[in-house]
Amino acid sequence: MAKKLIDLIDISKSYGNKLILDDMNLYMNENRFLTLLGPSGCGKTTTLRIIGGFETPDTGRVIFDGKDITQLPPNERQLNTVFQKYALFPHMTIEENIAFGLKIKKKSRAYIKDKIKYALKLVNLDGYEKRMPDSLSGGQQQRIAIARAIVNEPKVLLLDEPLGALDLKLRQDMQYELIRLKNELGITFIYVTHDQEEALTMSDTIVVMNQGYIQQIGTPEDIYNEPQNAFVADFIGESNIIDSVMLEDKLVEILGTRFPCVDVGFGRNQPVDVVIRPEDIVLTEPSDGILQGRVLSGIFKGVHYEMEVEANGFVWLVHSTVLKEPGTQVGIWVDPFNIQIMNKPESEDEEVEVRE
Amino acid sequence: MVKKKIRGVFSRCYLGLILIILYLPILMLIIASVNASPRNKAIWQGFSLQGYVDLFENETIRQALITTLLLAAGAGLIATVLGTMVCIGMMGMRKRTRAAIMGVTNIPLLNADIVTGIALMLLFSRFVELSFWTMLVAHVTLIIPYVTLSVQPKAAQLNMSAYEAAIDLGATFPYAVWKVVLPELMPGILTGFLLAFTMSLDDFSVTYFTKAPGIHTMSTMINAEYRRGIQTEIYALSTLVFLIVLLALFLMNRRSRTAQREGE
Amino acid sequence: MRKLGARILAGPYMIWMLVFTIIPLLLILYNAFTNTGGQFTLGNVAAIADPVNAGPLWLSLKMSVAVTGICLILAFPLALILRQISSDKNSFIVMIFILPMWMNFMLRTLAWRLILLNNGFLNQALNIMDMDPIYLMNTKTAVILGTAYDYFPFMVLPIYNALVKIDRDVIQAAQDLGAGDWVILGRIILPLSIPGIVSGITMVLVPSMSEFVIASMLGGGKVYMIGNVIEQAFNSGYADTHLGCGLSLSLMGLIIISMIAYYFFDRGGEGSALW
Repeated sequence: MAKKLIDLIDISKSYGNKLILDDMNLYMNENRFLTLLGPSGCGKTTTLRIIGGFETPDTGRVIFDGKDITQLPPNERQLNTVFQKYALFPHMTIEENIAFGLKIKKKSRAYIKDKIKYALKLVNLDGYEKRMPDSLSGGQQQRIAIARAIVNEPKVLLLDEPLGALDLKLRQDMQYELIRLKNELGITFIYVTHDQEEALTMSDTIVVMNQGYIQQIGTPEDIYNEPQNAFVADFIGESNIIDSVMLEDKLVEILGTRFPCVDVGFGRNQPVDVVIRPEDIVLTEPSDGILQGRVLSGIFKGVHYEMEVEANGFVWLVHSTVLKEPGTQVGIWVDPFNIQIMNKPESEDEEVEVRE
Repeated sequence: MVKKKIRGVFSRCYLGLILIILYLPILMLIIASVNASPRNKAIWQGFSLQGYVDLFENETIRQALITTLLLAAGAGLIATVLGTMVCIGMMGMRKRTRAAIMGVTNIPLLNADIVTGIALMLLFSRFVELSFWTMLVAHVTLIIPYVTLSVQPKAAQLNMSAYEAAIDLGATFPYAVWKVVLPELMPGILTGFLLAFTMSLDDFSVTYFTKAPGIHTMSTMINAEYRRGIQTEIYALSTLVFLIVLLALFLMNRRSRTAQREGE
Repeated sequence: MRKLGARILAGPYMIWMLVFTIIPLLLILYNAFTNTGGQFTLGNVAAIADPVNAGPLWLSLKMSVAVTGICLILAFPLALILRQISSDKNSFIVMIFILPMWMNFMLRTLAWRLILLNNGFLNQALNIMDMDPIYLMNTKTAVILGTAYDYFPFMVLPIYNALVKIDRDVIQAAQDLGAGDWVILGRIILPLSIPGIVSGITMVLVPSMSEFVIASMLGGGKVYMIGNVIEQAFNSGYADTHLGCGLSLSLMGLIIISMIAYYFFDRGGEGSALW
């Protein structure tokens, strides 16, 4: 089984009156690609900085490989960080940048030379040894930042929104690059991002955070298909989130209409949130649907059409490859398996403002 | 942790030490201003505010103060206008022309003040009588680089599309400059003016060589009088100047703090 | 049309610089190479080799290097500490350290007289502590101290500005890669603050080399620098404009040479500072 590599125990951190992390517990296994995902201000970067040693938690401990490193300064930790804005040393050549950590560790000249070569090859930038950072594009600088970190053979690589400053196409290319790198190096990546697509593409495990709390931990599939609360559902992908009542096992009342579902164990007549992904809604002839409604608008999005359908006083977001013209009367049908039932949040803290 | 604390203590001691070195001389001036001793201000002979009373009756000091302020304000204003104009003008120029102008701009800045003063004196003595106006011209020449060097970076970063949009929307060139370009340059212009003003207040060498006989700025007046033993009025004046500057700084700080709080 | 309109704005400035900067310098040049009769001569420029002039020039050079060194050594740690403090708060504390700059230059120098005079503050303090008096007035040390005090803010500000520009991430990246405090200082902060150090040195070295009024106020005529020699050439009973211009030209030459030498050494230094 995978070994526990980093363990965060009861971590709290606040700046002034603002609580950033509240009693957080989280562990990370060896050789995983773990992503901390959440909107800005959710505490994900603070978590990363606590692991990296740039912040000291107010309470709690950081255990790395069995040892308590909470008070250890960053330069004595066996992990390396890739910064959001690259943070290359502007006065050094690429070669000197990459060699920086190795020289501090007093490695031999030959070893350093080999390592530089290897690292540049790994990030597909052979031959850039003598260039200066400012002569490189953003994407190239980011690769050098990664190369500079990994030559030190850290057990964990921390990445703080490393693709945030790149344009869309480059970002997608770099996502594959990072997955490849992680597999070749066989080390743990801890990745911070607010971009859900990035998180879904690359991660083994996603930790969704909001306002200093962990909302859900799981594989990308878990997180997408079975969000545990409305925040996660709304933050990851697009969704229809509807106040509903769980009448009994396998039967939920949505907007006054009964829908069969597959969930059990919520009790009787229990208020819940229901999540239905737009692509899981099937538009039928009015008579074939569980609900009847009218198409308000339709926009072509490339792979699919995005439609808004009004039914029972709620505007449903629907994705379909077939366009129904605005004004058309339609039926709405959902596979019981695609109805995701969630408990209402217990405290106001957890339910917070959602993206957009 | 311990290391951090030691460093904190060391930092504070160092700041304290430098503060003492910086403010001890100023403290000396303040003490001298209330020293009853008529000539030798180094020896304490009791407290007196006579210097402050005399200050308001001393015509020489008043004249020197007025001249100094007029020079600084006038030269600062002229330099700011010329310096801002050239920065806007340079935006439409080729790189090489621009570099040449900036090169010439650096001359009075890098050259020794005494040489700048002598050079201007040679020019003036050939063509005109030395007067307040020659001093004004000399000061403008001395301080103009500070304006240009403060405004130029702002002009270089200027968002040209805002200006082009203004032209596109039918603005005339002067209107676009007035409404779009100048507001963006304003921080640089203000810094430039303040720097220029300060440099003019502080100058001795250039004034010394270009001043007309009988006209004094504070600097040249002190130079002319210190051997005879400085009058208490000058110490009183310097104390007042210091207090005014200190007050201005505190007010500025207070305002920026409230602005910050409101921003949050 | 648009560009033409803009270019005209540069006109007054260019005329001003031509008339009041370039032509006066040409006048110095002309006077330096002619005698009172208007004939060409190298004598005025060559006069710098005369020990009467070369001595003060050499003294000015040594003293300005000392002044610049003192300022640099004191200003760099100060700027470092200020960078650390002011990033959390505002620039108020920085202003405190450059506030003395707004006192008139002559007043600042005058204040040092009060401290250094034989019966001044320093010796009164020493007397209270039962120590022997130090007679600094009218010595080179007094002039160096006073000059360093006057130009100190001009060293602090550019270095501070350069330090503030260093990205916090860059420093943290170095830390992350295993660098301790001293390595960060030597390998990251120092090299990245070189532009500030360069302009700081320029702004202190040149004026302190050509200074003459501090030398007469604190040196009491016993410290005779090149600035004093030049001043005397214009404003004494033996005034000789042509000689004064020749010496001025030599001084400018020295400034230019030391700037060039300095940039040259600096470039060499930057390369060798990297391990």
